[in-house]
Order: sequence, then structure tokens, then C-alpha cells
Amino acid sequence: MKTYQLPEVRIERDKDRCINCGVCVRQCAFNAHKFDEDGEVYSEDEKCVACQRCVSLCPTNALYIKDNAPFVKDNANWTAETQKYIWKQAETGGVLLTGMGNPKPYPIYWDHLVLNASQVTNPSIDPLREPMELRTYLGSKPDHIEIEMVNGEPVLRTKIAPQIMLKTPILFSAMSYGAISYNACEALGRAATELGTFWNTGEGGLHRNLYKYAPNTIVQVASGRFGVHSEYLDAAAAIEIKIGQGAKPGIGGHLPGEKVGPAVSETRMIPVGSDALSPAPHHDIYSIEDLSQLIFSLKEATEYTKPISVKISAVHNVAAIASGIARAGADIIAIDGFRGGTGAAPTMIRDNVGIPIELAIAAVDARLREEGIRNRASIIAAGGFRNSGDVIKAIALGADAVYLGTAALVAMGCHVCQKCYTGKCNWGIATQNPYLEKRLNPDIAAERLYNLVRGWSHEISEMLGGMGINAIESLRGNRLHLRAVGLSREEMDVLGVQVAGSPMA
Amino acid sequence: MEGQIHRRNISGCGLAGMMSEDGRLMGGEAIIRSMEVLHDRSNGLGGGFAAYGIYPHKADYYALHIMYDDVKAKEETDVLLDERFEIDSEEIIPTKKSEAIPKGPLLWRYFVKPKVDFEDCGLCEEDYVIEAVMTVNSMVSGAFIFSSGKNMGAFKAVGYPEDVGKFYRLDEYEGYTWIGHGRFPTNTPGWWGGAHPFTILDWAIVHNGEISSYGINKRYLEMFGYKCTMLTDTEVVAYMFDLMLRRHNLPLEVACKALAAPFWTDIDRMKAKGNAKGDIYEALRMVYGGALLNGPFAIILGHTNGMVGLSDRVKLRPLTAARKDDMLYIASEEAAIREISPELDIVWNPKAGEPVVGELKNPVKKGSNKARELEETVA
Ligand code: SF4
Ligand code: SF4
Repeated sequence: MKTYQLPEVRIERDKDRCINCGVCVRQCAFNAHKFDEDGEVYSEDEKCVACQRCVSLCPTNALYIKDNAPFVKDNANWTAETQKYIWKQAETGGVLLTGMGNPKPYPIYWDHLVLNASQVTNPSIDPLREPMELRTYLGSKPDHIEIEMVNGEPVLRTKIAPQIMLKTPILFSAMSYGAISYNACEALGRAATELGTFWNTGEGGLHRNLYKYAPNTIVQVASGRFGVHSEYLDAAAAIEIKIGQGAKPGIGGHLPGEKVGPAVSETRMIPVGSDALSPAPHHDIYSIEDLSQLIFSLKEATEYTKPISVKISAVHNVAAIASGIARAGADIIAIDGFRGGTGAAPTMIRDNVGIPIELAIAAVDARLREEGIRNRASIIAAGGFRNSGDVIKAIALGADAVYLGTAALVAMGCHVCQKCYTGKCNWGIATQNPYLEKRLNPDIAAERLYNLVRGWSHEISEMLGGMGINAIESLRGNRLHLRAVGLSREEMDVLGVQVAGSPMA
Repeated sequence: MEGQIHRRNISGCGLAGMMSEDGRLMGGEAIIRSMEVLHDRSNGLGGGFAAYGIYPHKADYYALHIMYDDVKAKEETDVLLDERFEIDSEEIIPTKKSEAIPKGPLLWRYFVKPKVDFEDCGLCEEDYVIEAVMTVNSMVSGAFIFSSGKNMGAFKAVGYPEDVGKFYRLDEYEGYTWIGHGRFPTNTPGWWGGAHPFTILDWAIVHNGEISSYGINKRYLEMFGYKCTMLTDTEVVAYMFDLMLRRHNLPLEVACKALAAPFWTDIDRMKAKGNAKGDIYEALRMVYGGALLNGPFAIILGHTNGMVGLSDRVKLRPLTAARKDDMLYIASEEAAIREISPELDIVWNPKAGEPVVGELKNPVKKGSNKARELEETVA
């Protein structure tokens, strides 16, 4: 069927600069660049996904990818995008698929919150001269500790539940081996280890060779139970039960059979070439008490040596759900907002289901405090964190730490082209194709990840010092250091913040 | 209450405290003189004192000091108090008006006992009193209970501390511990209740500083049922002590380490050396992170059995301590101590976050009156 879809981009090649070297031809897994019969390179715009791989690698800077927003007659309802989706489905009859997080212009609350700084009455602290503490413990805390005085010396009588200790309140989010390449996993594991933080296997299991990073690994147990075995659980620093994901709340996952080569097959414990289908719900969890059973099964299986996290997507009733999860025995609650990324999701779900992470953090933190159980579980926030400003604001709203998914991929080279589900990632990240995978050098990728988190941590230290605070726990949930610009009364109420210009109480 | 602006008020301040660990009773003129030296640390917008041991004849009763805007506020309060307490006696707090403090609210003092008999549950009785205090302070407009401990009292007003001391005729009282405070607020609510000390039960806090962690300290306390209605840092400090010392039964020194937490590098070093304190501090920071007072502060905490001075973890506000015989002195500046005790055995500047602790040699047993009497005969 002839397609009615219009090319989204236009590839411009400066013929004066091009030396016809063929780099772009070899680099593009989508075959947007080709040689003609005379050996001259040319492009097919409609194949280009705008991943910028060729632009980045062209030795003469001859390439430029331009937005080709097709001209459709002015219409706020029937935009080029809405028409494109219809053409696509009219041609295929399928579900629209996409990758990465919700790109729609919903309000980004981070950009409506501003931070405080000290002046005169309260000195700011210079992190270059004074200690600045970002260390964060994730896990369940008692509401008090018991100390007994023995011969005039205090003795600790409380045994605190297992925790994971982070040098900085930033972790790498769940991204499965299968969805991303082996090299990407290796880079995440290595960077997490060097940074003193954690990465997360997602639901893809842990490749044999990556057990060396296990002390800095959070392993996931998802509805498909891929790659879950006792050694996997025992090796991990923490275990995360995945209930939902911000990009696709309420639905399961699908790793197409083409991505299941021998190594993925072995790690996931499924046959080569078979589709890995994660059911929407866990088939043993139909209520909160079932979740509690799984939490305690995992605790039993690992002899109460590690925290158990439960990851949910941010949905309307997130506060009550989180409260239930804390009461069900989870040590950590990971909440994934609707801008959270994904390897593959139905476009309509990604773009229309779930709520912004900012509102979810605020609602959950407030609810757990109202119920007097905020200490029982740590909160990790996830879903589209773009910079250290977002991170520090999340902590001020009440999160203990933040998961980075998309930002980590971008650090490694991803250009958010949203084509992860095709398995043809030109950056070697979201692919299992050995030829493409090799493009991601794990040493370089790990260094880039390390640099990113190090940079953000420095920035967080600077901002904390500016507020006159030298330990991250004094900002956690400290919403007085946030002020709102351009938000409605209702939004400010949910966020628990005041309008900019109002005084410090 | 008129002028009672429920807004956080940041301020710089001067503070001083003196205590006889032998429990010797001393008149109030010394602490007034000490505070007078610190005159420049306040700006006349608030001064106050707390004294321990001043009501020995009524030691079994909670002494409520209440300020009223008008008679109507008193009538409303009396109804609430009557429902909750046996009122042994009530009287006007004697004052001496002067040019410096020509007028003020009505100031009353009550000696009361809870109507309910709590027998073995000391905590319940104290919680009952706190609840009653908070009820009056939040429900009755124009009434404010600013002191509610046994055998102790707070005295505060808008004015310079030395004038406030004279206004309340503190030279006519005798106590074994005195603490004083002068404020330099950066805005001017001009409300008497906003002066220090802030008290709850027998805890009295004077405080110099601005706590940057206030937002989370307040929310942390709310989880335990405290209502921070005054929105002052000082109130938060008082409740923190109440929570950790009275309700969680933590030793004083440990509680101080939650408020002014040691740095992780120090904790790691202790742990590496096998020092058990390292584990305690680690646990403390994990569990009481919301209690950490971050930002500049120096405080003096008074309570029935002692006095504690504490500065923040990097010591951004001054605090000096000294000893002479049975006396412990703590003040913003050494000059304030030398003024009342020129000869000292030892003077030192406590390190950041290191509490200075004074304790009665014969502590008063709280909760049970029987045990208390026994204690007093022995002493
Ligand atoms: S990579 Fe650049 S120089 Fe090489 S063929 Fe492509 S456009 Fe020309
Ligand atoms: S991971 Fe690769 S395919 Fe996915 S958005 Fe990034 S660049 Fe595109």
C-alpha cells in the first residue's frame, strides 16, 4: 500500500562538504543514506528517525537534519501529528508503537518551582570549603531508636532494617538487558559502582558477566519473572518488584523475539527467538495482600538481608496505593511519573495515562506523613528527570532519591529519537544487533555516566549550600525551600508549596 | 491574639544561662546583669527568662503562666482550664511598669493539677498537659499559655531583656537555674508571646539562629502529633527535645547528636575504629534525619534537672561555657559570664555540635510526687 505519511524530517547534505566517504551509509540502520548506482551518496528522508548519528559522525559536518513539519491546513484539532497517526493505522491496522517518555506539552511542574537561597540572616555554606553531605540510605526506618545506658555508655538496642547506601541521591533506573544492549548494561553497572550508587536490571535478568557489579545492582522481579533465580536474588543489593512503569501504566511488556538472541535468552531464561511477554498484572498479585506475600517471599528467600522495593507508575490514586505498599512491607517505593521512558509502549497509553511525577511525589509524601508512616519506606522518584534542578526539587518535595533512565541514555549517546522498539538504535543502546551494539564502548559510556552524575551532585551541593543546608536530609520534604511561579491554588495545594514572594512559613 | 502573626520570624540573638549543680537557689538579678552585657545582640523587640526552683511551695503543681489580651480571653480560658484541671490557686503575676515597658497584656499565674488521675502513666499526664496547653493556645483568641512546667516559670515580653527582667521583678525570685534571652528579630510582630524562652512542660529553650531545615523539622514533628502553631524555630527545638528525651527516652547527649549530627566522615572513622558510637550515630542519622537542625543556631535548653548548651554542627553562632565551683555558665559571649563571675575555674568554647551539659547533683524525680519528696528529704 502506498503510504500517505509525510516524511518527518528532511536530510540536508552540503554537497560542497561531502567527500562521499560513506560513513552515514554505514551508520544508518534505518537505511536513510544510500549509494546510487554511480556510487554517489544520497538520502531518503522518510526513513530518517532523527537520531543524529550520521550528523555526529560525518567527518566534514556535511549533514543537517531539519524538521519537516509537513504543512497541513491550519487546524488545532487535525494537526499533522493526528493525521499521521491515522494514516499509519489506516495502513497497518495495528497499535501505534513508540519509545521513550511522554513528549506531549503537559505542564512541567519543575519549571514552575523555584528554589531558595540564604542572604544575611542565615549564611550560605560553600561546598568547596565545608563538608556537604549527600549520603542517602534507602530502606525502612523505625520511628525511633532505643538506647540503653550501660556503665554510662550508650548502647544501641535497635536493629535497623537493611538499607542500601547511596553516596548521592541519584540511581540509574530499571532498563532491561534485551531492551538495551549488553554494553549499555555494563556501562551502567560500572558507573554505579564507581559513583557509589545503584543501577537496576529491569526485568531482563542479570547477565553472567555482570555479577561483578552485583553489590551495586538492584534486581527486578517483574510479572514475567524473566531471569529470576536464587543466585540472582542473593547477589543483589536490593530487589525491586515491578508493578508498573510510568510510560505504560496498567499494561505489560513485550520484547520482540528478534531481540532475544542466545545471550538474552540465557539471561532471561527463555528460548532463543521467542517473544518475551510480561503480563499486565503479576499473575500472583491481584490485591495488596498478594503483594505483601510476594514482598515477604522475597524477604524470606534472601533472609531479610536486603530491602525490597516496589515500583509503581504514578496514577490518580497513587498516594493511597503507596500507603498500602508501605503497609504491605515494602522498604522502598519507586514511583514512575508519566514522562518516564520505555523501550516500547503503545503511543496512546504513553501519551494519555498516568500523572506527572511532581504531583505524585508531593501526594505520596504528604499521605505517608499524615498516616505517620513516612519512615517505613523510602521514596524513589522517576520519570523524566532532566537535570540536577529537577532532582533537588524532587527531594524538597519529599523524595529520598531519584531514578535516571532517559538522562542516563542521553549521557551515553541517545538522542531521544523514540525508535527503541525497532531494535535498530544507531547509538548501540536500545539494540541487540551485534554490529550496532559494538558502537557503544562501555568504558566511554561508563565514564560519561559517571561524569553526568558527578556534575549533578556538585550542582546539588552548590544549591544546598546556597540554602544554608549541609546535609541532604534537611532538604528532604522541606517544601519551604520551594516556591511556585504560575501555578493555580489547587496545584500549589497538592504540591504543598506557596507562591513565590510569600514569606518563609 | 492581636499582633500574633503566624509567620516565621528569623532573628539574631543573645543568650545566657547559669546553673548551680548543687541546686543552690539564687536571685534573678545576676542573669539580668549578664543579659544586659549582651544588650547589643537584641533590638528591644523581645526579651525573656526562665527560672527553675522558683515555686518550691507549689512544686507538685503545674505552674501556668498565661497572657491575656482582655478579660474575655481569660473567661474563655478559665472554662477550658476548669474542665481539665483542679486549680489550686491563681493570681496576677507581679510586675513593675516602667518607661521601658509601660504596658502589656494581662499576666496571670495558675497552679493546677490534672483532674484525671494517671497513676502510673507519667507520660500520659504530661501529654494531657501539653494537649491542654495547645488547646488553649489554638482555640482561645487573645490567650497564650507561655509557661507550663512544675516549679519553674518563663517570663517574657517585648523589650530589652534587662528591662523585661526588671518588669517581672525577677530579683524577688530564687532559682537554681536561670536562662535569659534577648532578640533581634528581622521583622516586628511585636507580640509578647513571640519572645523567648519558648517552653513546653518544664522544657525552656532560648535560641539564636535561623534553622534552614525548619520546613522538614516541622513536618517531621507533625508526624508525631505536634502542632507547630507558632511557626518559630524555637518552638521546633522545644518539641524535638520533648520528642526525643521524654517520648523516645533517648539520653540527652544522644538527642543532641541528632539535632547537631556528626559528619559522615567522622562517623565512618569511628566505625572503622570499632567505636560503638559510630553505629549509634549512623542509626541516629538514618532514623532522625528529620530532626537534624540545619543552619546556624546556638541554644540553651533548661529543664528541671539541668541545662544544656548546644550549637549547630558547624558552629555558625557563638557559644561560650565556663565553670566555677558548682556553677555552670553558658552564654553567647564570655563577657556576659565574666560580668557575674569574674573569677572562673575554666572557660571554653564548645566545639560545633558538642553539647555542654549541666546536671543537678540530686535530680528531681519527675512524674511521681512520692519519689520526689523522698529525693528532696535526702538532699
Ligand atoms: S558521512 Fe558526511 S561526508 Fe560521509 S558520505 Fe555521509 S554526508 Fe558525506
Ligand atoms: S535509545 Fe537509541 S533508539 Fe532509543 S531513543 Fe535513544 S537513540 Fe533512539
